[in-house]
Order: sequence, then C-alpha cells, then structure tokens
Amino acid sequence: MIAYIIRRVLQGVLVLAVVGFVAFAMFRFMGNPIENMLGQEATRLDRAALAERLGLNDPVPIQYLKFIGNAAQGEFGVSYRNGLPVSEMIVQRLPATLELAFVSAVIAVVFGIVLGVFVAIRRNGIVANIVMSATLVGVSLPTFLIGVLLIWIFAVELGWLPSFGRGETGTLFGWQSSLVTVSGLKSLVLPAITLGLYQMTLVMRLVRSEMLEVLRTDYIRFARARGLPDKTVHFKHALKNTLVPVITIIGLQVGQIAAFAIVTETVFQWPGVGLLFINSIQFVDIPVMAAYLLLVGVLFVSINLVVDLLYAVVDPRLRLQ
Amino acid sequence: MSIPNASSASATGVQPVSRPSSSHDEPLLAVEDLVVEIPTRRGLLRPVDGVSFELNAGEILGVVGESGAGKSITGAAIIGLLERPARIASGSVRLAGKRIDNLTGDDLRRVRGGEIGTVFQDPSTSLNPLQRIGDQLAETARQHLDISRAESRDRALLALQEVGIPAAAERLDAYPHEFSGGMRQRVVIALALIGEPVLVIADEPTTALDVSVQAQVLTLLKRLCLERGTGVMMITHDMGVIAETTDRVAVMYAGRVAEIGPTPSVLVNAAHPYTRGLMASTPNPASDVAEGLVQIPGAMPGLLSIPAGCAFHPRCDRAVPDCKQKRPPRETINDSDVWCWVASQPQQARHD
Repeated sequence: MIAYIIRRVLQGVLVLAVVGFVAFAMFRFMGNPIENMLGQEATRLDRAALAERLGLNDPVPIQYLKFIGNAAQGEFGVSYRNGLPVSEMIVQRLPATLELAFVSAVIAVVFGIVLGVFVAIRRNGIVANIVMSATLVGVSLPTFLIGVLLIWIFAVELGWLPSFGRGETGTLFGWQSSLVTVSGLKSLVLPAITLGLYQMTLVMRLVRSEMLEVLRTDYIRFARARGLPDKTVHFKHALKNTLVPVITIIGLQVGQIAAFAIVTETVFQWPGVGLLFINSIQFVDIPVMAAYLLLVGVLFVSINLVVDLLYAVVDPRLRLQ
Repeated sequence: MSIPNASSASATGVQPVSRPSSSHDEPLLAVEDLVVEIPTRRGLLRPVDGVSFELNAGEILGVVGESGAGKSITGAAIIGLLERPARIASGSVRLAGKRIDNLTGDDLRRVRGGEIGTVFQDPSTSLNPLQRIGDQLAETARQHLDISRAESRDRALLALQEVGIPAAAERLDAYPHEFSGGMRQRVVIALALIGEPVLVIADEPTTALDVSVQAQVLTLLKRLCLERGTGVMMITHDMGVIAETTDRVAVMYAGRVAEIGPTPSVLVNAAHPYTRGLMASTPNPASDVAEGLVQIPGAMPGLLSIPAGCAFHPRCDRAVPDCKQKRPPRETINDSDVWCWVASQPQQARHD
C-alpha cells in the first residue's frame, strides 16, 4: 500500500512538472515580459537591466528549473498589472474560491446521491420522472444563464438574497470566511447553487444508472431473500456498490468546481481566484495566469490521488497486497 | 447415508426454534393453484399456471424440469421475490397454514430469511462483494432473531463452523472474493439457515459449482436441514441431485406440475409420459451405453405458444383427443399425483 501511494505521488509530480513546463512556456514565450513590464518609454539600458534581473539571459532549461524551484516555494514572481507578488494575490483570494467550491461540492454530492437513489428506486414514479425532466433542463442551460436567472428571481424580484460579493467575512481557523456571518452565508447561497447544479445532475444521473444496474444483481435479490429491510438493501448494500464509479466522477467534478468557478465568480463578482484569472487575462498578466495553471494542476493531481485511495477503502477487491 | 433422528437437532447447539404452530396433518408448505402472470407487449405470459403441491415438515421436495419450466419462478413467487411486472395472479401459498402470498412490508420480511431461507444458484454473485461475510451473517441474524450485536457475531461464527468453513473465527472478517466457489456456497447456506427458517428454497444450489464439490455441498445442505427438521424445496434440473437428496419430487413442464410423488417411484415407475421420457433421456451409467439415449421429440413450447389442453400433448406419443382440448385433472396413481388423461389407462403397445 505504501509503495502504491509513493508511486502515485511520483506520477503526480511528473504530471505537475509537465504542467509547470506549459506554465513556464506561457510565462517566458507569450509576448515579451520586458515590454509588458516597462512599456514603450523604457530605455535600452532599463531593458537590459530588467532582463538580467528576471534571469531572461540564462539558458532556457536553467530558466525552467529556476521557475519550478520558485514555484515549489510558492514564489510566482510579480504581477504585471499591479506589481504585487502573485503568491500574495492568490493566497488572499483562495479562501473565497475554496469556500464556494466546498459548499457547491457538498450540495452537488449530497443532493446528487440522495436524488439519484430516489429516482432509481422509484424509477417509474411520477415524482422521479419530474425530477429527471427538471434536471434535464438544469443541465441544458449554461451556467451563466442559471446564475443570471437566480439573481433575477431571488435578488431582484424577491429581494431575499444578495446578487453579488461575499458579504461580511469573519475569521474561521485563521482565514477570512463568509461561512460564519449571516450576510456571508446569504451571499453564498446563489453562487453555490449555480456552481453545483450541473455537477449535482451529473452525480444524480450517474448514481441512478449505477443503482439500476446494481439493483438487478443477485446479491441484492439475495439480500431481499434474507429479509433485510428496503432501507438497508438500498443504502447499505446497493449504494455502496455504486460508489467506485461515482467517486471517480465526483472527484473529477469537484476539481472542475474548484478550478473552473470562473464563470460563476464572474456572474456574482465573487472575489475568488477565478475572478482574478479572468481579470488577469484581460491584462495579459502572465505570472498570475501561470500560477493559476499550476494551482489547478496541483488540485487535480491531489484529488486524483485521494480518489485512487478511496477506491481501496470502498472496494476490498481493489486493495493491493 | 444414515438419516439422523429428530433428537440430533439438540446436539448441534442450536436452540429449539419457535416454529409456526402446525397440526400434524397440515403440510409445512401448501401451494394451491398458483398462477404467475407476466403482462408483456406480446401478450400475457403464464410462466406458472395452476401449480399445486405440498411439502411436509422436514421433507426434501425436489422440483425438476427443463429450463423455462417455471421451477425458479415458483420458488420466487413463494418468497415474494417475483420481479415486476411478474405477479401472482391467483392461487395461494400457505406456510404452516398461514397465507404468505399476499404479505407486504415487515410481514414479508419476517418470512423471507426468517421462516423461509433461500439458496441461489451462483455463490459468486449471491454475496455482497463489499461486505465482510461475518457482517452479512450477523446482519441477517439480527434481522430475524431478537439478539444483540455481540450475540449476532457469535451466531455468525457458529453458523460458519456448522457449514464447515475451516478457521471460521478468522474467516468472519474475510470478503467473499477470498473464498472458493464451494466455500462461498457454504457461506450462502449459512446465511440461508442463520434466521432459523422452517423451510429452505434451494434454487439450483450446486449447478454453478465444480463437480468435485457438488456432492459435499449437497450433503451438507441435506444434513443441516435434517438436523433442524427444516423442509427443503430443491429446485434442479439434475436427476442425480433428485435421486440422491429428495424424498419426493415434482416434475414441472411448461409452468405446470406433470407429476408429483415419492422419489423412488417417480424415478423408477413414472406414470406421466413426460416423466417417462425425462427418465429415458437421463444417462444412466449402469445401463448399456450402446443403447443410446431416448429423446423426447420436439422441444418444450415457449411461453407465448403453450398449446391448449395438456401442454405436453404435441410431443406425447399417447395423446388422445381429450389431451388437445382439456387440461388434465389431478389423478392419484400408486403414490403419485399425476396430471394426465392417459396415465391411468393401460398402456397400448407402442409398435403399432
């Protein structure tokens, strides 16, 4: 098991090295960093000095190694836009994104699994069919439209919830959190639903099809023949047997939620890294974009590692000797 | 094989079970005119059509027939495990005099596993692959016996020991995939018996096993049921299993019982033409192989094309006009009940 984990971690490092190379290539070769930073007015001497300071005169492989070395220490250089260290900008905005992603993921997973089990058990029921049709509409609409619709209904027409921002934040475990204030929680509702809706439907549909498959198996029939109550049969026996594929999808989707909250953060002006990324694109702020790319890479690699380990927890047949 | 007497049940350490009260002349299981229907787009199917039989306490009843004869569906109907849209259309199932064909909810659950244990064909798919077998056993025991979590664990261990799993205490924590096929079927038998049922429905319990372990599993099942006085409905298509294990046998054809009677007399002296054909087409190592096997001409009809009258008449060499129009009534010949128009009549010479 330890050897397995080490192997997976090494694979993850390799993936990150490749992602790092892409980020580096973007950083180094897209446009001219010196032009970007100094503008048109700079003298030849200024440029040479900056090139030397940024290490742009070193051979490319050395530059790459330096870039990776710095990135490993959380050092991504300075934003072209406002001259602040990139790491500081990201650290400042990461809690907002992680919090939003966490709440969305909880909504997606909890509602996805519960509804998935429900529509599988009642597969010919009226309510189940309504849920299936409603979620079909849900997946068909693009995220930004759902966000705008929710804002229109709950913020504009009903006036129940705020339409943008994080609300007030309090300190929770040393970071600025909107989970601890009423206005923060209120602000979280609409973006979290917008962000999690698509994933919820995916999880629900997957759970449903896997459940229908499992409910046909002999061991479920046998569990019924042993006189176990429906609740035990459905949730303890059937649901657990659907979990391996479901965990795979949930892992990938949670990565998606955290990494690509960009649209939702833009619609709700949520001050997270997604919004930072969008703003950076407008200013061609390459260091920020490169750092974001690496961050997303780390996120996906770690989620995949966790997913692989969860397989073994769920299914004893996948545990390695 | 010696047959243990009734007192041997106490020797196993199993406490006497409170069984549904039944008077002496009442059979443990009485199936009466059972009809199972499956509505389909192409018409109404009747995989079980007017099946009646009785099973006495402690008796092993074999149910034999070709694939599709309705054996398994009859078993599923008895424990309420018919898969929709199949349903019991008419008839009744009584367990110790109490109707169980119309039960729902908790009443049905008490019967399943508690009064009727089940053994399925394929042990590699009968067990939940993600749950330790000790947990599966304990869970089932808790469902049917009024015992604590700790006691259910002891019951699970005892059950594993009884079915002859070596090092049972350690194997409680094993998962199904860590057992061989024969061992898994022993676990399934332990699961079927842990709720202390009065009846076990074994649906092809040895068909999926290696030939070398079939006899062991069969002997085990028979011994455990005899010790407990548990009745067994043994569904199989294997004449060898019928001959070795059953007291009485019901022969099914196209969803109906053709003949039911004591195993020796059905095997040796069958009254129904179908049973005779079935016996003649069963290989017998003692007979001269050179003779070859007799075949029944044709094939059992599909559920959509069951002929009127006796379902067997198109393949029967003794069919009379009545056979084509009217369902044959139950008739007692020697010790057997036979559903046939001609069985009681003297057999005419075949070579005319």
